[in-house]
Amino acid sequence: MNSFMTKTLKVAAGLALVASLTAGAAVASEGFKEPEDHHFTFEGPFGTFDQAQLQRGYKVYREVCSACHSMHLMSFRNLGQKGGPFYDPKYKNPNDNPVVKQIASEFDVADIDPDTGDEITRKATTSDRFPSPFKNEEAAKASNSGAIPPDLSVITKAREGGANYVASMLAGFQPAPAGLEVAATQHYNPYVHGALATSWKGDPHKVPLGGVLAMPPPLADDKVAYDDGTKATLKQEAQDVAAFLEWAADPHATERKQMGVSVILFLLLMAGVTYAAYRQVWRGKH
Amino acid sequence: MSDHPSTYEPKSGIEKWLDSRLPIVRLAYDSFVDYPTPKNLNYWWTFGGILSLCLGVQILTGIILAMHYTANADLAFDSVERIMRDVNYGWLIRYVHANGASMFFFAVYIHMFRGLYYGSYKAPREVLWLLGCIIYFLMIATAFMGYVLPWGQMSYYGAVVITNLIGAIPVVGPSILTWLQGGFAVDNPTLNRFFSLHYLLPFVIAGVVVLHIWALHVVGQNNPTGVEIKSKEDTLPFTPYATVKDGLAMIFFLIVFAVFVFFAPDAMGHADNYVKANPLQTPSHIVPEWYMLPFYAILRAITFDIGPIPAKLLGVTAMFGAIALIFALPWLDTSKVKSMRYRPVMRWFFVLFVLACIGLGWCGGQLPDNLVFSITTDAHGNPLGLKVVWLSQLLAVYYFAFFLIIMPWIGLKEDPLPVPASISDAVLAAHAKKKG
Repeated sequence: MNSFMTKTLKVAAGLALVASLTAGAAVASEGFKEPEDHHFTFEGPFGTFDQAQLQRGYKVYREVCSACHSMHLMSFRNLGQKGGPFYDPKYKNPNDNPVVKQIASEFDVADIDPDTGDEITRKATTSDRFPSPFKNEEAAKASNSGAIPPDLSVITKAREGGANYVASMLAGFQPAPAGLEVAATQHYNPYVHGALATSWKGDPHKVPLGGVLAMPPPLADDKVAYDDGTKATLKQEAQDVAAFLEWAADPHATERKQMGVSVILFLLLMAGVTYAAYRQVWRGKH
Repeated sequence: MSDHPSTYEPKSGIEKWLDSRLPIVRLAYDSFVDYPTPKNLNYWWTFGGILSLCLGVQILTGIILAMHYTANADLAFDSVERIMRDVNYGWLIRYVHANGASMFFFAVYIHMFRGLYYGSYKAPREVLWLLGCIIYFLMIATAFMGYVLPWGQMSYYGAVVITNLIGAIPVVGPSILTWLQGGFAVDNPTLNRFFSLHYLLPFVIAGVVVLHIWALHVVGQNNPTGVEIKSKEDTLPFTPYATVKDGLAMIFFLIVFAVFVFFAPDAMGHADNYVKANPLQTPSHIVPEWYMLPFYAILRAITFDIGPIPAKLLGVTAMFGAIALIFALPWLDTSKVKSMRYRPVMRWFFVLFVLACIGLGWCGGQLPDNLVFSITTDAHGNPLGLKVVWLSQLLAVYYFAFFLIIMPWIGLKEDPLPVPASISDAVLAAHAKKKG
């Protein structure tokens, strides 16, 4: 029975392999538009952040996003640490960086007076966290038609597609297609993950891609005035703030990649030496 | 091997002094220097050493992470992020630990498939195999609880889904569930006990690994021919032969490991786990880590009740049964020949089994109602075709049939190829073939 069974099994294994290779292609596409590729400078194993872009992105965050979105994991000092938007090699300790000090001093934070125990507000220092726009979740909900604006500290890691998704979504708001029922407090966006079939009144074969979210389109041409003279188009702003958020979510990314190159070069060298030893030891023993 | 006499000779005074009081250097010498290994071991045999390395890396990085981590439902997520941002090289330690779990499972699956292919579970190695199964089961438990600790959305809902499986047990299930969770839902008490157990279990694993290696050194290693060691010509001492080969394999393994840690650290994670756990907002798609996906697919493949037994209980039984069958393997295989190298029929069933496991893994990551491929569309234009859940059911049937029907049946029916008389004969024959 060996040869017959072997042949049958070989065919079965071959078919299974071919089937598995072709299956993926046939799966129906997901219900959202794939994010555009924004060709960020930090992509790839050798990519690094563009400091000017991070500065522009911080400006967008501060002047637009921070009205509703907290970044509670970020401290002002982070802005001046190595790889950060305001890093200056003259100030190894970011707490000494005058730009960072200046930014912090523009904010007020809540504190307790150490002498009286009274609740006070004081000027922020470099070691303070970014203050949150709302006192608590209830206040955030009340001001945003029931939706809590998500914290942006690690947002590019928390969304499939990362910075490309964030930039595409921010620049990708569109008027809802005719036939799609969108509540007054909601806004249509083709990049958002959502299922629209139930609110779609048109041809069931052509349910629009995307979803709705409570955030109105936050950015527009010339929403901010860049200090470095870059023209503030919608796309530029979206990319800049996405780059800033990517850095904020993974501030050690550049250091990580640089270390990775050294580690892998070292391991390759070790592999070479060990392979030579292996050949030597096993000579004539195979 | 037990019948291999110790050749250790203490040279210095202190070695002699110690050897007559606690022969620990002798034990290490006999186990890792002079220990005879079959000379025909291939690279699939290097994963034992690689797994010891993985366990060491996980324990070391885990101890450091525990110094900075806070096991509290309100603070855990931010404490992990603090490790990533403010602890010196915290990002490195955490990424090594998180990706290390995946690498550990990658290695253990190769190690297990190798044992399956070469019959390393057959007499006299049943206890060795059972100890390995216990290690694997402890690894699953440890990895699951570790994944809960960052207290992200996937952590939380993973814990909800898996602990609720216990609730499917009739009569006592709900009480056990409350006892396990430490309350009526997954919450702070659950996180705290998971942290405690996640710290404890790796040391239990280390203990069972010692037993595993002890059992290995009693019965000796299996080898690609499945023929036992017959003479000294069949073996080479562990050091330097196996050490240098294991070392080389470890370096290549570390290169793959490093590519993930440094260049794609979140590739095997899930974006939702960077969102803090929110008991009021269920993610649209709850999936476990990749190494549990095949069992998750089996769990979800059972969508029907059988008589009075509800589908959920059947699914849980099937999932745990799939793991339990691995334990029973030594008594399910009826073949006289160990290595599938000499089992022309069984080796193809083995290939299909590997493909079925990979296929189940793929199914586990999909929504059950997704289509594997579409054939036609219904009146509303919705595509119709092979649903993922149907493929899961098909593959799950093969998974169980492989152990319960194919293993015992083929072992009796198959005509194995002639097995070499000894390891040396096999090596010489391979040389002759190469020179041709």
